[in-house]
Amino acid sequence: MIQVENLTKYYGDFLAVDRISFEISRGQIVGLLGPNGAGKTSTLRILTGYLSASSGAVTIGGFSIEDDPIKVKRMMGYLPESAPLYHGMLVYDYLLFVAGMRGISKDKALSRIRLLAKMCGLREIMSRSIGELSKGLKQRVGLAHAMMGDPEILVLDEPTSGLDPNQIIEIREIIKQIGKEKTVILSTHILSEAEATCDRVVIINKGKVVADDSADALKQSAGDQCYIHVSLLNSDYESAEGLLGSVPGVLSVERLPEKEGVSLRLLCDTDPDQRGPIYQKIKATDWTLVKFQRETKSLESIFRELTKEHLT
Amino acid sequence: MKRVLRIAIKEFKDYFVSPIAYIVISIFLLVTGWFFFSTFFIFNQASMRGFFSLLPTIFSLVIPAVTMKLFSEEFNVGSYETLATLPVTSGEIVLVKYFAASAFIAVMLVPTVSYPLFISSMGHLDPGPVAGGYLGALLLGGAYASVGLFASSLTGNQIIAFIVGLITCFSLTVIDKMLVFFPGQFLSVIGYLGADYHFRNIARGIIDSRDILYFASLIFISLYGAWLAVDEK
Repeated sequence: MIQVENLTKYYGDFLAVDRISFEISRGQIVGLLGPNGAGKTSTLRILTGYLSASSGAVTIGGFSIEDDPIKVKRMMGYLPESAPLYHGMLVYDYLLFVAGMRGISKDKALSRIRLLAKMCGLREIMSRSIGELSKGLKQRVGLAHAMMGDPEILVLDEPTSGLDPNQIIEIREIIKQIGKEKTVILSTHILSEAEATCDRVVIINKGKVVADDSADALKQSAGDQCYIHVSLLNSDYESAEGLLGSVPGVLSVERLPEKEGVSLRLLCDTDPDQRGPIYQKIKATDWTLVKFQRETKSLESIFRELTKEHLT
Repeated sequence: MKRVLRIAIKEFKDYFVSPIAYIVISIFLLVTGWFFFSTFFIFNQASMRGFFSLLPTIFSLVIPAVTMKLFSEEFNVGSYETLATLPVTSGEIVLVKYFAASAFIAVMLVPTVSYPLFISSMGHLDPGPVAGGYLGALLLGGAYASVGLFASSLTGNQIIAFIVGLITCFSLTVIDKMLVFFPGQFLSVIGYLGADYHFRNIARGIIDSRDILYFASLIFISLYGAWLAVDEK
């Protein structure tokens, strides 16, 4: 459905998107993750035809975004970041306008608007001016705008930002439902959201794809390592680091801030389990062990690792 | 085509849902009415000349105020992104916004039709120059609207768009009166650039293809510039 090849975007000298390539097939929900300024929004803007790429090719449903922008735009519904809409218009008028732009006849438009209003919870605000809506309400109007044409591809830039928790869950359900037949790309920096809704996660950092897999597979690939948190009293950082770092299965030791005593995070192999040898080492000293906890890697820690390495 | 018409209607309606339209039209009618009729009875002639000679100056003040929001506001709010990702091309967006602004200017001129009706009840009014004057006013308004639209396409700040539009339109209005400051060999070229000069020709009731061509090319160049500026994004 969507093929992206060596997509590159420069803003002047600044390289925002650096040779990104991926492919998305029909019926997938793909989450685009990355820290601020990673190039998520730029990538989505190129996909929707708002920006033109410096180089590289985007093909959507068999059409090139450069050569057939109108055909591509017809297939696509797009919610830009923070839902910029016409502030002077009433919600109903705006949706009617979008329906017209999507080529929906007037009598069909009414039933479509009614359906979307129900889906996105817009019924009470239909006759209000968009300018006076709160951020979350605007976001819902933006979602209705994106879904108006019943598009094959839905591109959502941070769809749940500014929504209340109930609404977030509802929107996720809507996205999942749409994702059964349609293709959805959403960008987010909320990892649990990507985990909950997306079939596939693409992590980008500094304009490059650093990971591309399902959330489960990403966690599994990191499964042969884990973190062990150790907090000690009556000890000092140098000797604790020296002692625990000498355990063969401990790959690295990281100091954590602590008011009292010593707190360390150890990156360990999981096979064999390193908790035994570490405990034996501590037991041999006169330190007091106050915390000893194993933590499997979450998507958060994978994300942090993948995006932190590139910062240094 | 239907879609394009929808944006045009929306843009045109936008003028009237905000107070801008009413303020601009009131100011336009007040200023033209006052300056025209304050000297009308002194000249004691049944003629619209005083009115049409005012128009270029007033248009160069009023029209940039009408057009400043067309792109600047969309860039500022970010709604241009939602508009541009609907199935329309940037060229269509430029044309549609231009036609909406031109239609607004035409509407703004409609109440002034009462002037010739009123004058012709008092004396013999030659219809030729009046018809020519209104045709010229539409061409001049259209040309200034395209200049204002171009100014608006350059920036996300409405005040800058207004001032750039104002300076450009005002320069086009007064340039043929400033010829003394230019070296001799450029005189005819610079004289030709003056919008007021061409407008006066048409307002005399003489419709010359050179004058029409001048306005058409000014509109074309400005719209093309706006299209380049918008497509750049």
